[in-house]
Amino acid sequence: MLSLACETRVGAVALAVELEVPAGGCLALAGPSGAGKTSVLRIVAGLLRPERGRVACAGETWLDTAAGVDAAPERRRCGYVFQDYALFGHLSAWRNVAYGLRGVPRARRRADALALLERFGVERLADARPATLSGGERQRVALARALAARPRALLLDEPLAALDVRSAASAARELGALLRDLDVPAILVTHDFAQAALLGDRVAVLDAGRIVQQGGAAELAAAPASAFVADLTGAVVLRGRAQAGPDGLTRVALDGGGEVVALAPARGAVAVSVHPWEIALEPAGTPPTGSARNRLDVEVVSVTEIGNRVRVGLAAPQPLAAELTGASAAQLGLAPGVRAVASWKAAATRVMPR
Amino acid sequence: MSARAAAVVRGRAGRRPGWFPALLVLALTVTLTFLTLPVVAIFVHRSPGELIGKLGDPATQDALRLSLETTTIAVALIALVGTPAAYLLATRAFRGRALVVTLLELPLVLPPAVAGIGLLAALGPEGLLGGVLRDTGIQLVLQTAGVVVALIFVAAPFHLRAAQSAFGAVDPRWREASRTLGAGEARTFARVVVPAAAPGLMAGLALAWGRALGEFGATLMFAGSFRGVTQTAPLAIYADFASDFDGALALSAVLVAVAGALLLSTKLLARDALARV
Repeated sequence: MLSLACETRVGAVALAVELEVPAGGCLALAGPSGAGKTSVLRIVAGLLRPERGRVACAGETWLDTAAGVDAAPERRRCGYVFQDYALFGHLSAWRNVAYGLRGVPRARRRADALALLERFGVERLADARPATLSGGERQRVALARALAARPRALLLDEPLAALDVRSAASAARELGALLRDLDVPAILVTHDFAQAALLGDRVAVLDAGRIVQQGGAAELAAAPASAFVADLTGAVVLRGRAQAGPDGLTRVALDGGGEVVALAPARGAVAVSVHPWEIALEPAGTPPTGSARNRLDVEVVSVTEIGNRVRVGLAAPQPLAAELTGASAAQLGLAPGVRAVASWKAAATRVMPR
Repeated sequence: MSARAAAVVRGRAGRRPGWFPALLVLALTVTLTFLTLPVVAIFVHRSPGELIGKLGDPATQDALRLSLETTTIAVALIALVGTPAAYLLATRAFRGRALVVTLLELPLVLPPAVAGIGLLAALGPEGLLGGVLRDTGIQLVLQTAGVVVALIFVAAPFHLRAAQSAFGAVDPRWREASRTLGAGEARTFARVVVPAAAPGLMAGLALAWGRALGEFGATLMFAGSFRGVTQTAPLAIYADFASDFDGALALSAVLVAVAGALLLSTKLLARDALARV
């Protein structure tokens, strides 16, 4: 179990974070850049000393500012994978890995390092210098090096950010497998909610130095506690003013025009969120026939293919997006400038105060 | 060829070279001639055979041996003490850091005579620490040890500057990565920072060596010019040139060759340092 509670100022951000990660668990810390995600990792590793705080791992206190305890980074031994991997440029790949192999007899170091590199499928690069490796290869060497030191916690700072789309997908699969096998606590920092959902068994959303919501990824996406979380999870967020309707439903007059209906009670300035895959599109002028209570006249702004589906950017006039299959998009003749009706059920509409 | 194409070609070829580029070329030619002529003259004034023959002279050999000894000891001490000092300056922020850096660079701009007077005033028999040195039995003035002191004083700033920028260029993440991998500060310094900064450090030491090898004024004033004890190669050149010009030439030729080799090595090391990034 890794636990952290700290309060400190880092640059312009007032960081106040409390979190716990069980052994074998992976907490994904998601949030925009500048939210303080990396600072949390640095505090855990002992590279940054907070003004006030406590860090403990596996029953050992690493930091307790009140008691004057502050273990040096080399005593804490966190496996830290830096965002740019920070491989030693003057050492070959296997010597980078061997650097973490403390207490292993000199004669066995190369064999042990090669075994770790092999685990990540890069043993053929053992004698290469980091400057000659691709981003994906560096990431694998950095992971092998972090694990070589038998870390008591694994800290990953945007491990996939430096990779192109193709290698990020395979690296994410491997990282997922690694995290499942790992028996120490892990914290992964990312600005991408999809990665957080993929790799973390819990997700904590960090905004301006505070954890605004924590839970399973599906839980966060389904019940975002704030417009910020909804936005991060990829949901459409519309702004408006809510008031109770005569039928017991909540009516939200959207800024810029249009009205939507939601089940949850709310009043005043609110943000409404709905997932793009819950929004259906019909040709403009279609009379309301189905059960969807929310209908907005929209104009198609963009049509983007994402794998086997299509994301359609809409203006209503606030921006929103719908996701549908390529076949549906073709059938509707969707193209920028085409007018349509976007509809979704009141039950799919979440309302959050702002 | 069409009339139009002909006009274009004539337009290009017909553009007369301006006077300004010609002036630049002239300036470079004059500079190059002026700066290399004395060096070339050292080697062509007498035949190579004569120069090498002169090096067999016992006085010349004494001077060369003393220069080699004193500069080696001076550069070793600069490396030993100056390198960690430069690391502290390059990696820690503290109040008054800029002042400390400036004070350490002061010997770079001091006139050699001022350096000599300063060393006498500090470490001479009547100097600030003269009493302390006498009590501990350390003799510097007119001694070989005094030569080493003078060389360190003038040459150390060169290494300090180069080492600071070499350490500053090492990615601070590397130090942090080393710490998280279980290495303490000292081990991180020895195993990651120094090897990574090695080309820059070696270049700094080469520069310091070159400066120490040519040291003249401060050595003369602080240690004097006694053959075999404090008369280094530059001092021997000065002592000999009136009576034995060819001997002075031979010594100068050796110093030019060594200085040239040091300069070349710093250039190669700098290129190596760039290639590593």
